[in-house]
Amino acid sequence: MSVAPSVTPKTGDDGVVLSLAGAWIVAAGRALETSAASLTSAARGARNAIIDLTGIERMDTAGAWVIDRARAELAEAGVQAAYQGARPEHALLLQEAGYRPLEPPKQVRTSPLLTLVAAVGETVYTAGLDLIDIIDYLGEIVVMWSRLAAQPLRWRWTSVAHHLEIYSLRSVPIIALINFLVGAIVTQQGIFQLARFGASPYAVNLVGVLGLRELGVLMTSIMIAGRTGSAITAEIGSMNMREEIDALRVMALDPLEVLIMPRLVALAIALPILTFVADMATLAGGLIVSWVYAGMAPEVFISRLQSAIATETFLVGLIKAPFMAVMIGLIASTEGMEVRGSAESLGRCVTASVVKSIFMVIVMDGVFAMFFTAVDY
Amino acid sequence: MGRREVVIRVRGLKVGFGDRLVMDGLDLDLYRGEVLGFVGASGAGKSVLTRTILGLLHKRAGTIEVFGYDIDKLHPQEKLLIGERWGVLFQEGALFSSLTVRQNIQTPMREHLNLSKSMLDGLAAQKLALVGLPQDAADKYPSELSGGMTKRVSLARALALDPEIVFLDEPTSGLDPISAGDFDDLIGTLQKTLGLTVFMVTHDLDSLYAICDRVAVLGHGKVSAVGPIDELLLSEDPWIKSYFHGKRGVVRAGTAAKRPAERAGEGRAQFDRVQGGGR
Repeated sequence: MSVAPSVTPKTGDDGVVLSLAGAWIVAAGRALETSAASLTSAARGARNAIIDLTGIERMDTAGAWVIDRARAELAEAGVQAAYQGARPEHALLLQEAGYRPLEPPKQVRTSPLLTLVAAVGETVYTAGLDLIDIIDYLGEIVVMWSRLAAQPLRWRWTSVAHHLEIYSLRSVPIIALINFLVGAIVTQQGIFQLARFGASPYAVNLVGVLGLRELGVLMTSIMIAGRTGSAITAEIGSMNMREEIDALRVMALDPLEVLIMPRLVALAIALPILTFVADMATLAGGLIVSWVYAGMAPEVFISRLQSAIATETFLVGLIKAPFMAVMIGLIASTEGMEVRGSAESLGRCVTASVVKSIFMVIVMDGVFAMFFTAVDY
Repeated sequence: MGRREVVIRVRGLKVGFGDRLVMDGLDLDLYRGEVLGFVGASGAGKSVLTRTILGLLHKRAGTIEVFGYDIDKLHPQEKLLIGERWGVLFQEGALFSSLTVRQNIQTPMREHLNLSKSMLDGLAAQKLALVGLPQDAADKYPSELSGGMTKRVSLARALALDPEIVFLDEPTSGLDPISAGDFDDLIGTLQKTLGLTVFMVTHDLDSLYAICDRVAVLGHGKVSAVGPIDELLLSEDPWIKSYFHGKRGVVRAGTAAKRPAERAGEGRAQFDRVQGGGR
């Protein structure tokens, strides 16, 4: 370890001589600052000061900076300070890495209330812009779809197949598991709560209708929004950050066609399949629980289920799936395009993508529920 | 040269990816206070070597000693100390994208040292001035910087703790010739004043002539030649010959012999001026 920086002041005939010793290096940390402060305080009030650098063992750029800052501060206080006995390399360092006065940063003062109002206004405004963005994208995609519909060869089926595998096949275990659990929980609660009215067998109707109409597609969409929506945003976002999207554009390739379209198509195919898997898992969960918990034989469960649900019950859930898929894909890819240069903005956009998709999935499910009730399906 | 302190000693280094062996029994010494230029064909593994020495890649065999510590047997405390003693300029800058330029430069100082805010701000401004950037760059984010500015900020960050060794991975690529020359001057000045040791991967022939004390050539997974540039210019190795005497090398080779001498003279004149002036 090197010797700590130190200052020895000595008052002579024509001013004060400040002898510096030790290692004036940044590794000294606070000691460097306090030594520099003692340098200024020792010479304050004197007419002349000589800063004697002979005893300095080591000096780095930070050391040069504090010494030179002390000299500048003394000069401001009317003390003429000069260096003495500097080794050539130290003299060069003091010149090259010396103190330069900083202009103080501009302080912008705003009232917290104004900031709050401004932030609220900005949020509302950008929310409106987001909506326009999404509609904009939807329009572009519809236009492209109508253009590409006639040329199925340009549909990038390899990319679609690749994404289909990642989005659907790889999500099957987790989707099946959570929906199995949801089916089990709904049935268990149904049996338990309906037992008070002596109607526990109707738990089969509950899990059948609720599971197929709402829960299967809802849980799947939320899971896909979290799992796949975030991945799409992160992929497109990091491609955006690394100018890969710009590279596509200058090759006269449309990022919408190359990147977003295959993902949207894959999602629109994947989500109905996964919803079907989810429906089956929900019913399986219901069957197991009613068998184990309420002692209902599987044949009884199935025959009750057959009388409780119709093909429409199953189709209501399935019809919603592609709409959810397009919504999730659109939100995820627009957010991906919003990513700017920093890692922070990538994180913000991925979060926004997941939150917005889940919110919109639930809103859309509500709209569909009203619609199907109105058309009496 | 034989008695000089070795700060990095690499022996029998083997690094590979899959079936391919990139480093095959490489030996290298880096002496304190020297500027070692590292050249080799693209893809020969210059960056791989740098990253292995820095401990970012795993090696298959061999030893690497930094400041006399074997980097495989470091205690966390020693690792921290070494982190303070070296600085790295990554090829792409590797600036923290969510921090401003000032915060980027201050990060090593803030994490390793206990310094006041005014000192941190002052030192950040000093480092910016050293690398030749205007002060108003301090509040910019890395995504708002040009390629050359990113390089300079990255160098400023590498120098933040006044390290003993600086690793530079293609520092002057993407800089205009004037900035590249200033960069070389800065490295030269720091080497003279701080005794900085520099490990520089570069393809810039001007840098090699201007500031490198020794040049090492990487070929076939080994250091195939190492020595002062004047020695390498006389080498009969076909690759080295075409590197220095090829289409782009031949113009500079003619002026090479006198340049280091000239530079040394200039440096001395500068010392004299400073001492005479006394401020």
